[in-house]
Formats: sequence, C-alpha cells, structure tokens
Amino acid sequence: MDTDILLSMTGIDKRFAGIPALSAASFTVARGEVHALIGQNGAGKSTLIKVLTGYHRRDAGEVTFDGKPFEVSSPQQAQANGISTIYQEINLVPYRSLTENICLGREKRRFGLLDWASMHREAENLLQRFNIRADVRRPLMEFNTATQQMVAIARAIGFSAKLVIMDEPTSSLDEREVGVLFNVIRQLKQDGVSVVFVSHKLDELYAVCDRVTIMRDGRTVKTARMDDIEKIDLVSSMLGRSMEKTEGHATAFTARDEKNIGKVLLSADNLAVGQIVQDVSFTIRSGEIAGFAGLLGAGRTETARLVFGIDRLKAGAMTYGDKRFEPRRPSDAIAAGMGFCTEDRKSEGIVPDMSVAENMMLALMPKLAKSGVIDEKAQQEIVKRFIRQLGIKCSGPDQKVRELSGGNQQKVLLGRWLAMNPRLLILDEPTRGIDVGAKGEIQSLIKSLADQGLAVLMISSELEEVIEGADRVFVLRDGISVAEFGRAAATEDALMGAMAHGNAPVVAEARI
Amino acid sequence: MTRTRWISLLGRYGVVVALLLLILFGWLRYDYFLGFFNISSVLRYNSMFALVALGMCFVIMTGGIDLSVGSTAALGSVVAALFSPQGTWIGLGAGVGAGLCVGLVNATLVTRLKIMPFIATLATMLAASGTALLLADNQSVSVSYDSGFTSIGQDNFFGFPIPAWIALAAYVAGWIILNFTSTGRGVLAVGGNEDATRMMGLPVGRIKFLVYLASGGLAGLAGVILASQFGAGQPIEGVGWELFAIAAVVVGGTLLTGGVGSVGATLAGVLLLGILFNVLNFENGKGWISLSAYWQSVIRGLFLLIVVVLQAKLAARGDAAVRDH
Amino acid sequence: MTGTSPMTRTTARRFDPFDFLARYGTLIALLLLILFNLVFTRNFATIQTLNVNLTQVCTIVIVAVGMTLVIATGGIDLSVGSLMAISGALAPMIFLGKIMPIGNIYLAVAAAMLVSIAVAGLFGLFNGWLISAFRIQPIVATLVLFIAGRGIAQVMTNGNLQTFRVPQFQFIGLGRVLGIPVQVILMLLIVLAAAWMLKRTVFGRQIIAIGGNERAAELSGIAVARVKLLVYAISGLCAGLAGLVVIAINSSSDANLVGLGMELDAIAAVAVGGTLLSGGKATIIGTLIGAMTIQLVRYTLLANGVPDAAALVVKAGIIILAVWIQQQGRAHA
Repeated sequence: MDTDILLSMTGIDKRFAGIPALSAASFTVARGEVHALIGQNGAGKSTLIKVLTGYHRRDAGEVTFDGKPFEVSSPQQAQANGISTIYQEINLVPYRSLTENICLGREKRRFGLLDWASMHREAENLLQRFNIRADVRRPLMEFNTATQQMVAIARAIGFSAKLVIMDEPTSSLDEREVGVLFNVIRQLKQDGVSVVFVSHKLDELYAVCDRVTIMRDGRTVKTARMDDIEKIDLVSSMLGRSMEKTEGHATAFTARDEKNIGKVLLSADNLAVGQIVQDVSFTIRSGEIAGFAGLLGAGRTETARLVFGIDRLKAGAMTYGDKRFEPRRPSDAIAAGMGFCTEDRKSEGIVPDMSVAENMMLALMPKLAKSGVIDEKAQQEIVKRFIRQLGIKCSGPDQKVRELSGGNQQKVLLGRWLAMNPRLLILDEPTRGIDVGAKGEIQSLIKSLADQGLAVLMISSELEEVIEGADRVFVLRDGISVAEFGRAAATEDALMGAMAHGNAPVVAEARI
Repeated sequence: MTRTRWISLLGRYGVVVALLLLILFGWLRYDYFLGFFNISSVLRYNSMFALVALGMCFVIMTGGIDLSVGSTAALGSVVAALFSPQGTWIGLGAGVGAGLCVGLVNATLVTRLKIMPFIATLATMLAASGTALLLADNQSVSVSYDSGFTSIGQDNFFGFPIPAWIALAAYVAGWIILNFTSTGRGVLAVGGNEDATRMMGLPVGRIKFLVYLASGGLAGLAGVILASQFGAGQPIEGVGWELFAIAAVVVGGTLLTGGVGSVGATLAGVLLLGILFNVLNFENGKGWISLSAYWQSVIRGLFLLIVVVLQAKLAARGDAAVRDH
Repeated sequence: MTGTSPMTRTTARRFDPFDFLARYGTLIALLLLILFNLVFTRNFATIQTLNVNLTQVCTIVIVAVGMTLVIATGGIDLSVGSLMAISGALAPMIFLGKIMPIGNIYLAVAAAMLVSIAVAGLFGLFNGWLISAFRIQPIVATLVLFIAGRGIAQVMTNGNLQTFRVPQFQFIGLGRVLGIPVQVILMLLIVLAAAWMLKRTVFGRQIIAIGGNERAAELSGIAVARVKLLVYAISGLCAGLAGLVVIAINSSSDANLVGLGMELDAIAAVAVGGTLLSGGKATIIGTLIGAMTIQLVRYTLLANGVPDAAALVVKAGIIILAVWIQQQGRAHA
C-alpha cells in the first residue's frame, strides 16, 4: 500500500429509509494534502463526512486511515483517532475561555488539580503557530468568527489530528480573515497535517487546495489536481450535465407567451447584508418567472429573505409597485401581497402537528375570519379546492401534515400562499427533495400561475429548472449579482460561465 | 464590545460591591450590626441557605434547575432527627443520605428518562415533602438532646458557629471542584453548549447526574443543620428555600441558562440577601419605618428581575457580536 | 429534543402502545378510578361526592386552562400561585372598604372583582412582556413574579389574615344555581369558552401554530410577540379569578397560603391531560380530565384510609409517569 495515502474510503454505501445517499462513493486523501470536496446540496458530501467521523454507520465499503482499517462509532472516537472536524456552526462553548475550548477533554493536571498556567501556555502556543495573539483567558464569545475558527483548529491540532475536516469554513469570514485562514491551512500542510476543505467558493479552492473531489447524487464523479481542472469543468461536473436527458425538456416547464408578462413589480437595487449578500440587483415583472441561479452560498436565499422582510437590509433599496418597499417583518411583505415558500420546509414551513387544512390556512386565516372566529365552512371550501387543484395526496383536510410526503407538504405550503391571492411568490428550491412525478406537477403549476399574472421569484440549484422555467435568469456569485440572461441567452454554458467566473474580483488575487 | 464587557463585569462583581456597601451602611447606621452576636446569628441561620444555594449553583450552571431542595431539606431534617438518638454522626449521615436519595431520583429522571429538570424536580419536591410528612407523622420530630446531635447546629468552633464552618468548607470544596477539576469545567461547558460538549468527548450524562446528586446531598446537609439548630425535624419547613437559593445564585451572576457561574459570587449572593433581611430588622428596630419581613421576597424578586434583564441584554449583545463578525 | 434520524420514520401506522396511552391513557385511568370507587368506596355514587370533588378541582382547572394556553405556545407560567395570592389579597381590601369606602355593597363587590382580576391580568401581561420583548425564557421570566408576587400580596396585607362575611361576594364560592355550585358553573364556562377559542378562533390557531413551529408561524405573518403577550395575560386573568374563588370559599384571605403550590397542580393537570409540554398540541378538555383524574386519585386514596402525605407521593409519581409516557409517544410517533 502506498504510504503517502492517509485516508482511503472505497465503495461506501449509505441509505436512509431505503433511499441511497451514497452509492459506491470513494475518497482518498494523501498526507500533507489540502483536498477540496465539492458538490451540490444533497450530493452526499456531508453524509460522506459523517460516515467518516462515525456520526452515521456505513452500509457497505471500506475505510483505511493511517494504514489501518478505521472503525469509529462517534465523532469523539474519530477525534481520539486523529480526525477532527470543524463545523460550519462552530462547535465550541461561547461562554468559556479560549484555553478551555482548546483544552477541554485533555486537561493538564498537577497534584490532581487542573494546572491552569500550563494550559494557558499551551493554548497560547497553539494559537501563536497561526500568528494569533489573544488573551486566552477571555471567553470565546468576545472574539470574531475567524478567531473562533482558529480556536477550533488549534483544538484539533492539540488533539494531534492527522486530518482536519473544514466544513465551509469561509462562509462567514471577510477577505482578510480568509487570508489568515489560508495561511493556517498552509501551515498545517507544512506540518504534515492533511486538510479536507469543503467550500463552494471556487476561487478559494484554487488558492489553497492541491486536489479536488467532486460528488454528485451520492457518487464520486471526479478527482483531479486543481492545476489540471478548469473552473467551468468544476461547475459542470458538480451540476452534472445528465447524459440521459439529452434531448427535449428535462422539466415540465413549457413555452410561455411573452404577452403574459406585464410591467415591473419589484425592483431591488444594490441589496446588501453582511458577508453573504454584498451587492444584488434585479427586477421582477408581473406574470414573469425570474430565476436565481448560483452555487451554494452565493446569497440567493439570503436575498429572498431580505425581500420578504425576514432580515433587515444593511444597504440598498427596493421598489414594489411604484412605491418604496421597506419590509420590517414578514407580515409587512405578506400585507403587500407576497408569499414565501422556504427552502427548509421542515423547520420554517410546516407546523407538523397541525392538519393539512390548518397549515394551508395559516396565513389567510385572519382575513377569512368574522370578528376573530374562523369561518370553518369557507375554509373547508378553499382547502378542498386547493387539494383538488394542486393534486395533494392526503386522506383529507384533517390529516396531520407531518404524515404527508415531501412533495405533498410542498404543495400544502404553495396552497398556503396561493390562497392569499398574492402578486409575488418567492419559491426557494420549490422541487428539492420531491419525487419526480410531483416535481413535474409543481413545475407546471408554477407556469400556469405566472400565466395568470403572478410574479414568481424562483431559486433553484437545478440548471434545467432555471433555464427552462425562468423568463429571465439572474446569476449570483459570492453575494453579488453578476449576470442577467433573457430566455434565449440563458444556456447552460452561459450560466455556468457566469457562476464560475462572473465578473467579481477574484479572491485569489486579492490575498497573497 | 466594551459595553458587553462592562455589563459582564457588573454581573461578576456587582454583587460583591452591593454586599460591601450594604455592610458599610449597616455598620455606620446600627450600633450592634457588626457585633459578635449579630454576626454569628446571621451566619448560623444563613449557612443552611448557603448550602442549598451551592448545590443549586452547580445545577443551574449545567442549564438545569432543582426545585426540590426545600422539601429535600425538610426530609433531611426529619430523617436526621429520627436517627439522632443513635449518635451525632449517624444522624448526620442519615440526613445527608436522605438528601442523596432525592438527588439520585432527580438525577435518574433528568439524565436517564430525559424529563425536563423543572418538571422532574417539581415532582420530587412533592414526593420528598410527602415522605417527610409520612415519616414525621405530620408533626415536628424532636431530636435527641443526649447524643450531642444538637451541637452541629448550636455550638461554636474557634468562636464561629459550626454551621458556618460547614458551609465554608463546602464552598471551598465547591470552588476547587469548579475551578480545578475537569468535572467542574465540564459543568460549565455542558451549560454553555451541551451538544458541543458532547462532541468534545466529555461525559455529559455523568456530569449532569453528579450535579443533581450533589444538590440533593447538600440540601440534606442543610436539613441536618436545621434539625440540630432548632432541636426538631420539621417536615413543613423548607417552603420557598428553592426560591431563595435561585435568587441568590442568579444575583451572584450565574446565568440561569447555564454556562457561566461562580461559587464565590453565589456565597456573596446568599450573604447579600441574608444581610438585607438583617438590615430590615435593624431598621424596623429604629422605629423610623416599619417594613415587614414580607418585603424581602419582593426585594428578592426585584433583584432577580434586574439581573435577569441584564443577562438577557448581555446574551443579545453576545449574539449580535458573534453575528457581526 | 433529540434529532430523529430518517430511519425512525419509515413505516406508516403500526399499533404503538405509547402513542395509544398518550392519547387515551388518562381517560381510561379516570374511568377505571370511577369503576374502582363504585365497587370499593362507600357512598361514592352520590351527588355529594360529586360536589366535593368538583369543588375541589374547580380552582385548579380555572388556572390550568390559562396554563394550557401558555404551554401550547411552548411556554410555562410559574407565577400563577402568586398572582392568585395578589388578587385574593386585593379583593377584600376593596369590598371591605380598606382602600376607599364604597357605599353600595354590590358596587363594592363588582369593583373588587374587576380590579383584582384586572391587576392579575396586568401582572400576566408583564410576564409576557419580559418574554417577548427581552426574549427571556418563560421559566425564568415567570420565576420573578413567582418569587415577588406572593411578597407583594403579603406586603399589601402585611401578612394579616383578612376574614369577611360578604354573601354578595362569596356567591362565587358558596352559592348554588339549580343546585350546582357557582364555581363549578364558572369552571365549566371557562373550560368551554377556552376550548371553543382554541378550536374555532384565529387566535387559538395562532397559539397552536406558535408552539408547533414558531419560525413557520412568524413567516406566515403571525404577530408572535402579541399572541404571547395575550396568552400570559389570559393566564394572569385566570389565576386572578381562581384567587377570588378560593377566598370566597374560605371566607378569608391569607396571602401566605392562597394559591400555594398551584403552579404544580396546574402544570400536572395540563401534562396528565395530554397537552404537549413542549407546545404545539393542546386540549382544554384533556386538562379538565387530567385535573379530575388527579383529584379522584387523591380522593380514592383518602377515602380508603391512605394518609394525605402518601397521596402527595402518588401524585408526584403520576406526573412523572404522564410526562414520560407523553415523551415516549412522541419519540415513537
């Protein structure tokens, strides 16, 4: 066996409730290598990592680490065996000091009691390796995210990790902080520690990674040296130009009549909030389906949240139907005639213990009530109508919504907004996690709604959906709207080009 | 950032400053305030609360709560009184043992059956109180005066009341455990972020188990002192002790949501609330005003309100600080 | 709550004993208890026994109705006992003319009732304000009044017992209409009103939605903060009314005792009745059944010679059992 190989995973299978999340996936990391792991949402990256760190048990396949078969049943065990993971939401204890966060679990003792002096010294030394000088006695919460991440890394090194997995470490860092992190990664590499780097910012991969593994639909589709692969190839491998759907339509979207598109309903100029949305501009006309395309973390969902008043703008302005639009909370947007189907149906969409009817009427209810009393009959009629129109498969309006399939839950949520008779509907990944049949139904529904004059803002990670569904496509890249395409110009190549290169400043040049 | 730090400093040392100011006020205003008799009676009486508050402090630091401490102390006092004829140590051991039993039940309910701490301990509060009434046959149980049991609560040692020494020893031990053992740091880590602590490989379940056990044991010890000090096991005593303890812990700057806490500040919190009552008595003695003893729970609640609102603001700022970067 | 892995929700409906018990356990227990008593307890099937049990359970149910609504939003209200003490202390001071003399006794009694219930409602509003404006956890926020509230009542009365004999007022505790005790009628009215409100009004739906998924509720345009504010105010109002009933029955008001331990009795009734303590699912009728079950257990034990203290221990056991079964039913669902 090649001694330069630190980790090798082969033929990994993992199924959830019979549905494969990983099929024969493989992944190899060399010693002292920075290895990028990329893929769309649901491609299986995080499942692969969780299998590796013992969070999930694999159904089949082999893992060798450091020359030995690797069998762990918990992240703690993985940590003890040399694999540390640094999560996107930093998994540390905010109120406790840097020292404690670095040393908890392997404290130093003298005479049976904790030896704070030497623990502080060790924490300081570990941080200094990354050129971080901080008062290690202060609580973690007083430091910025970048420092917190360094603390997590220092903790991993302190546990003499041979492999550090970083899950989207740069998503909340600014450019300077990213530079510091990259220096740390190079330092780790010099010390012979391997790093698995999960990110969606392509420029970053070129700046710091040696090799890249691309996953799609639970399989490993490509492993290559960063020097040998073009950005556009990365994007196309990730999005998977599916061979089986070469001709005709891949979605249920059909041609639209331009006549149905009216005047501009919403225009957004230079929206910004934090690092995630930096400068996004777009317009939507009534009767139009506007698509947002972009890689994960490009700021699409965050932009939608700004429009719907969930988050507050830091900069920029919106105009909605000729008036300045400054929503302070979702109810403002709802009052203005907007609806928002969230990407995360489970935690932000459905109320699981409520019935189909109750879920569907949640937003409309106040309008339909007579002095606060629900008009049960009127509700039942509307609910039944939508169940029929949307083709929701349920035992009846009173079935609990959590007993429904994902596609039917999505239709219930669509019904919640359609019942309001909205002017603008924001759909964030409307067909994710939904079986093929229901997917087509939802797509044709979106089209017919637009034909009736509804403005639709559709966020989708599936290129076909945006290309075939949207009348105009806005491409977002690293929080900036970099390109706009009309229906004719929105080809796969054009979109992928914009996602890969855009015209935003390139991080790789900004750092050094 | 500086503002956050300022509030956290206030949270940390505010109670000590308030305590010193109150003592200064008492010393300047009343003749016998710092007299030997007053000091030793304040210490003797409040040492029971101090013990209960210490256990509560550890439970709250893990993000839990123990509402059963009052009736556990009552149960401890009854059991200790019943066993007191067998000797001082046996009485002491029996009382503490009874407390540990309640603690064991709490710990099992919370860590094994995963029942919310406040529901679990509310239920054991009922159960302990019922058991105490059953054992005592609904009346107070006189302790044995021949076995020397009463000396635990009534005698002095080097000029100071024995209960005060016991409380002091418990606090020193608590301070060492919290600051110089892995279990102690684990207590704070669990309260700060339970999932992260588990991911870090710390024995979360065992840590939580231990704090409830300790809280029960300390409440039992407080019950022993109660029985010994007043010469009887009192099944209906202890009502509202949990409130005193929670208030003292929180006034001492321990976050009710867990993760931040201090043993020393808890002691200061107990003394602050105890001496406040004492000052009220002196003030009434002067005859200028007549504030009834009932004001103390209003003031306690007010303290709690101020601290809780401050803590909420601190938490909000902390979140914002984390988000901004 | 632990995250459920997708594995646990594979198959559809099988018979789940925990789910069954969580749904019908309390009702079955109540029926078994009645059956047991019919056989073994002497003079059980009498109007008098019914009245005794109903009167005892009234105040708990009234408070528990407010508590059910609070718990349905995912909160908790520990201050109810103290608020009972406040309204119980305030009312006699008004109708006995201690604050200001009111000539007409009917006017005085009406003022006493309205003012003291309203004051309790305002304190409830204060709880809600702490919770929604400062985002303080409900258990912590209501702890403030749990501690200070009784003190306020004691300070108002200086800890003195207020005794009185005012039939116009005590009608709510001692009177009868068509042979039915007035407080039972009050209880039933409140239960029915709340059950109707929870099922049929927008407000009721919003309460459940907030407890079921607060994020989703907010994104659907529900004014979460306002609903919470109102729910805690309602809990305060219920506690205020219950305080009046208690002192009317006793012909006296003792700020040290009115409502003592009520928060636990109310929470117990809610939990045993089948409302989820984590929110999102609530049943007012269940709460009524829960309270009656707990009461009947106690009655059964006492009527069969078991001391009251032992009944306390049994009650503790029932609460833990109910909460545990509920959690299991949840985990298996």
